[in-house]
Amino acid sequence: MAGRIVRVASGQGFWGDWQEAPKLQVRSGDIDYLMLDYLAEITMSILQKQRVKNPAAGYARDFVPLMLDLAPELVEGGVRVVTNAGGVNPAACRDALVAGLADVKTTRPLRIAIVTGDDLMDRLGDLLDAGHELRNMETGAPLSDIRDRVYSANAYIGMEPILEALGQGADIIVTGRSTDTALTYGPLVHEFGWAHDDWDRIAAGVVAGHINECGAQAAGGNTLFDWQGVDLAIPGYPIIEATADGSFVVTKHPGLGGRVTWTSVTEQLVYEMGDPADYITPDCVADFGTVTVADLGGDRVRVSGVTGGPRTDLLKVSIAYHDGFKATGSLTYAGPDALAKARRADEVLRARLDRAGLVFDEIRTEFVGAGACLGLEPGPSAADLPEVGLRVGVRAPDRTPVEAFTREIAPLILAGPPSVTGFAGGRPRVQEVMAYWPALIDRTAVESELRVEVSDA
Amino acid sequence: MKVPLSRIAFARSGDKGDTANVGVIALAPEAYEHLVNQVTPERVRAHFAGVCRGDVERFELPNLSALNFLLHESLGGGGTVSLMLDAQGKTFGAGILALEVEVPEDVVAVCDRVVAGEIPGRPPGEE
Repeated sequence: MAGRIVRVASGQGFWGDWQEAPKLQVRSGDIDYLMLDYLAEITMSILQKQRVKNPAAGYARDFVPLMLDLAPELVEGGVRVVTNAGGVNPAACRDALVAGLADVKTTRPLRIAIVTGDDLMDRLGDLLDAGHELRNMETGAPLSDIRDRVYSANAYIGMEPILEALGQGADIIVTGRSTDTALTYGPLVHEFGWAHDDWDRIAAGVVAGHINECGAQAAGGNTLFDWQGVDLAIPGYPIIEATADGSFVVTKHPGLGGRVTWTSVTEQLVYEMGDPADYITPDCVADFGTVTVADLGGDRVRVSGVTGGPRTDLLKVSIAYHDGFKATGSLTYAGPDALAKARRADEVLRARLDRAGLVFDEIRTEFVGAGACLGLEPGPSAADLPEVGLRVGVRAPDRTPVEAFTREIAPLILAGPPSVTGFAGGRPRVQEVMAYWPALIDRTAVESELRVEVSDA
Repeated sequence: MKVPLSRIAFARSGDKGDTANVGVIALAPEAYEHLVNQVTPERVRAHFAGVCRGDVERFELPNLSALNFLLHESLGGGGTVSLMLDAQGKTFGAGILALEVEVPEDVVAVCDRVVAGEIPGRPPGEE
């Protein structure tokens, strides 16, 4: 590979990922950018719930102490951070960061940028009035069907605000619902000055972003191929070493665990894939059918040949809406006849729910240890299992029957089949169901509202 | 010879709403055509009959010697609606590898050598 190399390191693959990973990325070798992805489909509604309770919440809280810890080294090493840790409240995240940095000694102030405008919650009424129907991409139903139950609504935004922030010299860029992959390809477009209609190169950046966005998963985490052979105690997370032509090498810092091979990279390439020829992002449509993967050895995998097509006129909108309540209760039955005991307990429980006249949208029983993951019918060998977990879940539009269900699990201990244990956790918790409503919107309706704010701390 | 799919392939699975995706990757390029011939959408749907309520779509990725399956309506509604233990289809990748396939003995032998680390699974690349 000839020419200048830009290194974009992955430090978090979701909110709750290993906190040491980003520190190891900064401290174990040279990198230029650290990308931290905190947001999954469901995360936005959780953050929204927190903001409703507390106007200063609604972002990935772990991110602030992490930055305070790393700040002097970011300045020293010239490492810039791009993250969607802002969740539904990037301004509050920035405020906490600025306040915390006041007590951290750095050789120069850090420039922090936030990106806002992806949050459509306060604009929903206006958007619907203006004719944006926000129909469910899967069912075709208009948003007006569930309008009064909407909890959060955010557009997946692309690279433009990230490029603007980088252009203004930001060291830390905090966005809301930026597309995961843009946290990686934004820095690459900035560094290499790729034209915004250079679809092949941007698509290559998207593939790099797809590899980076799930943390350790591209570097030996969760790998099925030779999983016993990977040391995952202190894993190195993936690092993209990109060149101006769009090709890149996936690697990790030497001296850390994990493993980067054609197998680890290919497993991640097919993760959460839809139609590979039609991988839609806000900035291009990438064709994963053109990706070439070559294993160079020594934890280095070369990815090249990616092509892409023009971006679409639409952005995806991720909407979460309240859709009833659910609860799940679990008990463990020991052998002999563990499965038979668990089955009898399920019958007893259902008879009591019937007698109480409780009505649910769904009752689901699973026998953990006897094929629950794939919904398999337990075979003859299941009769000999030393123990079986009984897991029963219910869902209903109202809280009342779900609440009543949670009181019917514990009685099974004394008034049910024998050899039962595993009730240390207490009564099951009633959970609010947040359903997911994917929609599309004319991109101009969102992009006119995107803002980048810069402050020094 | 009849072997479980795990002898010639490995896999990873994930979710998008109520749809599970299962990517199946040939251990060696020689095994890819057997994936294409044997691991049909119909067989995959039957294999996941316990969870899959919708259609199964298949996409071919000859560049990666891989297939991508979309199992629609397979996650109990998806997201937080689902009451399933595996509401994200995380274990479906391992699950598909139990599917039985008919593969020539020499192809299985090549895949075994890849797993043993005796030969690379893909042509080695250059820096």
